[in-house]
Amino acid sequence: MLEVRDLKVSFRTEQGLVQAIDGVSFSVAEGEILGVVGESGSGKTVSLLAVMGLITDPNALIEGSIKYKGRELVGLNAKEMRQLRGREIAMIFQDPMTALTPVYTIGWQIAEQIRAHNKISAKAAELRAIELLAEVNIPNPAEAIHRYPHQLSGGMRQRAVIAMALSCNPSLLVADEPTTALDVTVQAQILDLVRKLQRNHKSAVVFITHDMGVIAEIASRVMVMYAGRIVERGSQSQLFSSPLHPYTKALLDSIPPLEGPKPHRLKSIPGAPPTLLNRPAGCAFAPRCVNRFEACINTPALTANGHDAACFRVNP
Amino acid sequence: MFLAIAQRLGQMLFVMLGISITVFLIFFATPGADPSARIAGRNASPEVLEAVRKSFGFDQPFYVQYLIMMKKIFISGDLTSFVNRGWKVVPAILDAIPVTLSLVIGAAVLWVIFAIIIGTVAAATRGSWLDKALMIMGLIGISMPVYWLGEVMNLITQSRFKDTWMFSWVPPLGYKNFSDSPKAWFLTLIIPWITLAILYIGLYARVLRANLIEAMQEDYVRTARAKGLSETRILLRHALRTSLISFITLFGLDFGALVGGAALLTEVVFDLHGVGKLTYEALLTLDLPVIMATVLYASIFVVLANALVDVIYIFLDPRVRTV
Ligand SMILES: Nc1ncnc2c1ncn2[C@@H]1O[C@H](COP(=O)(O)OP(=O)(O)OP(=O)(O)O)[C@@H](O)[C@H]1O
Ligand SMILES: [Mg+2]
Repeated sequence: MLEVRDLKVSFRTEQGLVQAIDGVSFSVAEGEILGVVGESGSGKTVSLLAVMGLITDPNALIEGSIKYKGRELVGLNAKEMRQLRGREIAMIFQDPMTALTPVYTIGWQIAEQIRAHNKISAKAAELRAIELLAEVNIPNPAEAIHRYPHQLSGGMRQRAVIAMALSCNPSLLVADEPTTALDVTVQAQILDLVRKLQRNHKSAVVFITHDMGVIAEIASRVMVMYAGRIVERGSQSQLFSSPLHPYTKALLDSIPPLEGPKPHRLKSIPGAPPTLLNRPAGCAFAPRCVNRFEACINTPALTANGHDAACFRVNP
Repeated sequence: MFLAIAQRLGQMLFVMLGISITVFLIFFATPGADPSARIAGRNASPEVLEAVRKSFGFDQPFYVQYLIMMKKIFISGDLTSFVNRGWKVVPAILDAIPVTLSLVIGAAVLWVIFAIIIGTVAAATRGSWLDKALMIMGLIGISMPVYWLGEVMNLITQSRFKDTWMFSWVPPLGYKNFSDSPKAWFLTLIIPWITLAILYIGLYARVLRANLIEAMQEDYVRTARAKGLSETRILLRHALRTSLISFITLFGLDFGALVGGAALLTEVVFDLHGVGKLTYEALLTLDLPVIMATVLYASIFVVLANALVDVIYIFLDPRVRTV
C-alpha cells in the first residue's frame, strides 16, 4: 500500500547541507503494524513526516519516491496532498499536551476534521465525534466533546487525538511515539487501543518508538533505523529471536528480560549516536560496534530477502 | 463563565477603592504640606484659606476628609476649583469624558481592524515583498510622533488642501456632540482617529505578525496540517485565534492608558477638550481639586478598560474560565 523508495531528506543549515535521511526504503502492507525503532535523532520522525508531506521547513530537500496506493506523493501538489492527509493517511504525535489547539473543545476539533473531508452537517459531525470518543474509551463521550484540552489528562488527550486521527477511517495511521509522554499504565491502555482499532478499522499502522518493549507488544514487522539509514528490518519474531545487526542486538540487550533472573546491570551501548554533521564515512555504527572490522569503512548495503541487515558481518 | 465574569467585576470595585484611597493620601496626607494652601492656589487670602479648610474638613480626621472628598466628587458633584474661582470640576470632567471616549474608541476600532488585517497578511506572505513593504510601513507608523503627524494632518486638511475636493468635507477643529449631530461628530473625528491609530496599527501589526509566525511553529498547527485543513484555515482559525489572546492583553494596557489621559497630545493638536487636556491644564495651574478628580475618573476608566479586557479574555481563552 505504501512504497517508499530511496527516500533522502536533507536540510540546508548554517553548517552546510545535512542529510537527515539517507536512502531509506520500506513498504507497508494493508492491515499490518510496522514498528520503527531507533535512538533519538535517527530520523524516524523526519522520514514519516516526509510521507505525510508535512516537512514545511523551506530549507528541506526531499528526494526519492513515496508511492501511496500507486500514487506518487513526492512533488504532489499541496491541494491533493491535503485531501489525502487526514482522510487516507492520519498521524498522531508524541506530545498530547500540545497537540490540540487550546481554545477549542475536542468535539469541535474532531468535527472540524470530519467536515474538512466530508460534506456533512455540523450536527452529524458532532454525533460522529461522540461515537469516536466512545470508541477510544473516553467515559461519558456526549459530555466530553464539550471539554477543552486543558480539562483532560494526558492519557485522555491522547485518546482524543487518536479519535480525531481515526475520524475519517484512514487506511494508514502513523503514530509517532504516541505513548512516550504518558505513564506506564496509560501507555499499556493506549497500545491496547491502537491494536483494537487497527483490527476494527483494518488500517495499516506505522508505529514509531524508541522502546523495544513497545515494539515487542505491538509490531508485526520492524525496521531499525540508525543515523538516517535502515540497519535492519524483518518480521517481529525474526528480529527478536535472531537479530542480525549488532545495533539491533545491542538494543535488545538494553531491555529488561520479562522472565528469568534479573541481570545485575542492563547493558548499554557505549558511545553516542553520531550527529548529522559528523557522521562517519562507511557504516555509521562502526565506531560503537563490538564486531567492527576493516570492511566497515565502506557503507554496507541492505540485503533484500525478507529479513535484512546492513552489515558486512551478515552480508560480506 | 458567568461566575468568572462576576468575580472580575467584583475585583474591580476593590481596585477602585484602593486607588481612591491612595490618590487621596498622596494629595492630602503628605506630611509637611498644607492641603488647604494648595487647594486655594497661590497668594490666597486668609478668608479663602479658612473657607477651604471648612469645606474640605481639614480640621477633622483623615477618614472624614476622605469621605467628604468622595462625596464631593461622586455624590454631590459640587467640588469647586479655587484656582479658577467657583468653576465646578465634576461637570467639566463629565463634559470631557465623552470627547476622550469618542476619540479613543474610534481609534481603537481602526487600529484593531487594520492591525489584524495587516499582521495576518504579512504573516501569511512571510518573506515576500508584500510582507516587507507592510512591515516597513508599520515601522514608519511607529516612528512618527503623534503631535507631529497631527500637525501635518492639520496642515494638509485644514490649510493647504482645505478647499480642494479631497478635504473640503473636513470640518474645522474641535469637538461636536454626537447627540447634536452624529454626522458632524463623525466627520470631525475622522482625522484624529486616523492620526491616533497609525502608531498603534504599526505596533500591533508587527506584534501580531511575530505572534502568528511563532504560533505556526506550534504542535497544534502541525496537528491541524495533519488533519488536512487548508493553510488559510489553519492560519485564521488556529494560529490567529490563539494569537489574539496576547493581542488583547496588549490592547487592554494601551486602551486603558489612552482613556486615562494618554491621548493628551492628540487632544491638544486637534483642539479636543478631553480628559487628557483637562488634566494637563490642571497640572499647569496646580489646581488640586481638578487633578484629584481627573485622576480618579481616569483611574475608573483604566480599571473599567482592564475589566472589559478580562471579560473578552474569558471569551477568548477557555483556560481562564475556571475560577
Ligand atoms: N528542520 C530541520 N532542520 C535541520 N535539521 C533537522 C530538521 N528537522 C529534523 N532535523 C534533524 O534530522 C534528524 C532526525 O530527526 P528526527 O526528528 O527524525 O529524529 P527521531 O528519530 O524522530 O528522534 P526522536 O526519537 O528524538 O523523536 C535530527 O538530527 C534532527 O536534528
Ligand atoms: Mg521523533
